[in-house]
Amino acid sequence: MHYDAIIIGAGMSGLAAGIRLAMYDKKVVVLERHYVWGGLNSFYQFKGHQFDVGLHAMTNYAVKGARGLPLTRLLKQLRIRWDELDLHQQGFSSVSFPGVKLKFSNEFELLRSEVARAFPNQIDGFDALTRAVREFNELDLDAPQQDARPVVRRFITDPLLEDMIFCPLMFYGSAREHDMDWDQFVVMFKSIFFEGFARPQQGVRHVLKLLIDRYRKAGGELRLKTGVARILHENGRATGVALDDGSTITADTVLSSAGLVETGQMVGAAVGAAVGATPSGRLDGPPHGPPHGAAPTGKLSFTETISVLDRPARELGIEETIVFFSNTARFNYEQPADDVDTSSGVICMPGNFALPQEPNDHLVRITNIANYDRWAGMARDVDLRSAPVMRTSGPHAVGSGATSQTAADQRSTSQDYHAAKQRWYEQSCADVLAHVADFRPHVKLVDMFTPRTIRHYTGHEGGAVYGSPQKRRTGATGIEGLYIIGTDQGFLGIIGAALSGISMANRWVLQQSPEPAA
Amino acid sequence: MTDDQIKQAIIAIINDINPDEDTSNIDPAVRLREQLDLDSMDFLDIVMELRKRYGVHVPDTDYMELASLDSCVNYLRDKMAGKVLA
Repeated sequence: MHYDAIIIGAGMSGLAAGIRLAMYDKKVVVLERHYVWGGLNSFYQFKGHQFDVGLHAMTNYAVKGARGLPLTRLLKQLRIRWDELDLHQQGFSSVSFPGVKLKFSNEFELLRSEVARAFPNQIDGFDALTRAVREFNELDLDAPQQDARPVVRRFITDPLLEDMIFCPLMFYGSAREHDMDWDQFVVMFKSIFFEGFARPQQGVRHVLKLLIDRYRKAGGELRLKTGVARILHENGRATGVALDDGSTITADTVLSSAGLVETGQMVGAAVGAAVGATPSGRLDGPPHGPPHGAAPTGKLSFTETISVLDRPARELGIEETIVFFSNTARFNYEQPADDVDTSSGVICMPGNFALPQEPNDHLVRITNIANYDRWAGMARDVDLRSAPVMRTSGPHAVGSGATSQTAADQRSTSQDYHAAKQRWYEQSCADVLAHVADFRPHVKLVDMFTPRTIRHYTGHEGGAVYGSPQKRRTGATGIEGLYIIGTDQGFLGIIGAALSGISMANRWVLQQSPEPAA
Repeated sequence: MTDDQIKQAIIAIINDINPDEDTSNIDPAVRLREQLDLDSMDFLDIVMELRKRYGVHVPDTDYMELASLDSCVNYLRDKMAGKVLA
């Protein structure tokens, strides 16, 4: 079977790329190792409850008919009507640090007035920063790369405000520790502070269903439980893939959303080193071990706890849709030495979007930065593949039979990993209490996933949610016909990932099509 | 295909690309980009749709010929001759 294009991974970027190619009658197949689509933004059922993975909110909110914004660009390219997305805006969110809280919403003026109130001597600088962000063209791939912090410090002199601005932008998209690239800072600033948050009533399921339906309707083929073991190539040109089961599929073009490092591994040995190499990297790196200039695996992974409450969070006085917090004045966006860093994080109350119907479950989700190696090293005497959903029993679910472990769970889960999840669940909840009301007495069910879960279900090395700190803006890998899409191409968030798939499909397949015979 | 049908063909394509856009009052003499939310990705799609629907090939170098409805008609008149509105 020969295809015009093989797409590795049925996440946002892979599905969006697939739609574009199928729309224009390319023979295309999306290969997904997992038994469900979505990649880093997926969903699962647990004890009869529907949970999302990844998506707290869609960033890049745009009102219907808004022009020239990423969301509307995406809708046009995929032929999706604005109404079909079923978007409902956040109420308001906040950045909460010791002694100071800045509220923001999809109306930028709220954030501006909050900065003026809390940091009166910084507001002129904040306005100047806002102008610099507005005027910067983040789509200009020729702009010199620069770090964001020195630029921001030209406008913002109070380190507390600086970190409060960086905090949400980093949590929602930075593959780098401590700092961001300026162009990525601009993308995130616009998508979060200028455009803002929204969510479909049914969460990420709804977005994925739209994409899957559109893809199938256009004639695209999706194969689940079909992992790619190797990317085949001859004379510097991709020719297809070898699957986990040993069979091969050939294609003119391979688009990989597996990540830069991971794609390099699938290409194999010295050539793979070139895929992961910096643009100035050499093709003749050593065949074993990290080659010169190899793209590093990202260090930012996360745990997320999901607590199901017995009542809406707002009845406990929790008004925000999302809280980005730090318990220290300096915000440390870095891989922690310990299993988890619970001193900062993101608290999401999905029920606090302006949804038309009260959701079935009243959730509080808490995301913290975590250390993949520590979680990966914990004892667990079962192959993760046999457990469809990672689970924890609910340490706070006092009196709730819903969280008691089954005998099978106890057999399959060693104490180390399981106990760590229990301990960190409790720590994570305790460390948000300076920012939201104590919801713990109202928890009736909990679940938690870790960097290990992310690595298992997405294949991303190190459970690196935002991929490698090195991005490949053009998608080129050094192997003709093999291109990077998704997080490691460099567009961020759900909208960014989808736009990544679209722009790479356009550039490397649709715009390469030979002229039709006269 | 008549000149008017060529305009209809282009407008039908734009409606498919952006169903949320009002295309009922396009001035054929004015650049489409000035009247509608169309970027370079959308012009690629107009070209792709022309190929898919009518087998008409528009090379990259001729994209600017599609700037307004009037210029579309002038450019496509020969290419669309004998084609039927899809």
